[in-house]
Amino acid sequence: MDGIHDLGGKQGFGKVRFTHNAGAFHAAWEKRVNSLYALAVRSGLFNMDEYRHAIERMEPRHYLNASYYERSLTSLATLCVEKGVVTREELERRAGGAFPLASASAPGRTNVATRETFKPGDRVRVRSDYVPGHVRMPGYIRGKTGVVVSESPKYPFPDAHAHSIEAEDEPTYDVRFTTTELWPDSADTALVHVGVFQSYLERVR
Amino acid sequence: MDDARNVVPGIASVEQRVDAIQGALEAHGLDVSKGVAELTHLAEEQWVPRNGARVVAKAWTDPAFRKRLLANGRDAVTELGLSMPKHHRHLVVLENTPTLQNVICCTLCSCTAFTIIGLPPDWYKDLEYRSRVVRQSRTVLKEMGTELPPEVEIRVWDTTADTRYMVLPVQPPETIGWPEEKLAGIVTRDGMIGVARL
Repeated sequence: MDGIHDLGGKQGFGKVRFTHNAGAFHAAWEKRVNSLYALAVRSGLFNMDEYRHAIERMEPRHYLNASYYERSLTSLATLCVEKGVVTREELERRAGGAFPLASASAPGRTNVATRETFKPGDRVRVRSDYVPGHVRMPGYIRGKTGVVVSESPKYPFPDAHAHSIEAEDEPTYDVRFTTTELWPDSADTALVHVGVFQSYLERVR
Repeated sequence: MDDARNVVPGIASVEQRVDAIQGALEAHGLDVSKGVAELTHLAEEQWVPRNGARVVAKAWTDPAFRKRLLANGRDAVTELGLSMPKHHRHLVVLENTPTLQNVICCTLCSCTAFTIIGLPPDWYKDLEYRSRVVRQSRTVLKEMGTELPPEVEIRVWDTTADTRYMVLPVQPPETIGWPEEKLAGIVTRDGMIGVARL
């Protein structure tokens, strides 16, 4: 989905609020959320692609206002309600107030049937696919051309794995793009490497 | 901002919401107190930058290990007693040189090799870093205190799959010959993310 989470290359954000050796946590509840979500994954309540997708489905205004661990909390609660662990009413009764959850999911998809195998040095284009469900193709590479640098082990296909759809595992290709290709005349000069699932790529002939 | 009172009327505080989901998981039959204690211990004591610092120091002092690390990071870190979650099937170690700076990020969420380089710092997960570092890498690094000479090429690595990355910084020349333990002491998480040079 072309959601608010897809931040790469978006303009208008200010300076990074950077401090040296900054902490991962700033409050006790943040550690608790991190542990609860990890416990839920370990217990088999949901997988990491479902977890990421439930964060992406947060209402954009809520997403932008929430801290990282509040996003994590919202995903955890959303999936627990969707999987029947608890009802939303019960959660709100326990919380003593409103408990915003993520919006409903749109359909996922299985692997692209015509996907190809690539090798280092191959020129590839990212397919111009618009996927309503979970997808791990950042919008800034859609339709863009790059060069394959290497291949990863096979992973569950996220577009299917987040939606309990059957699919074959597939590799990702490390694809190197130039910032000139990604944002012509509008970026610092650099190379950007992205791990791109096989189904997202087509050969440049 | 720790919660979203300004966007959801009547929202429960974030602590109350955490209590609510914790209670619901307990009621579902999960051994929450044991699980949270174990995972919090891992987050505080085990998933720390010290792990990656040991990997870097070993790579600086042992050329054969460095070669193995660059060929297959996931296997190489196990030699030091470190491990990665099952779903992180690949660790790619990115070697900096005097003319190359690698930087890692995750524009879609906030993925990292957290068992190796430590859980990510707050700014790594913020909107500013995620939106800007792929497009304005040199500017962002400069703002963060690392001004790179123009001859240094920048490569940004966006963690969009479950492959994980860590940066192998250049060893500062004045530390050549130091023992591994002392070298590990100068390696920072920011250096392994690639936003700082050592």
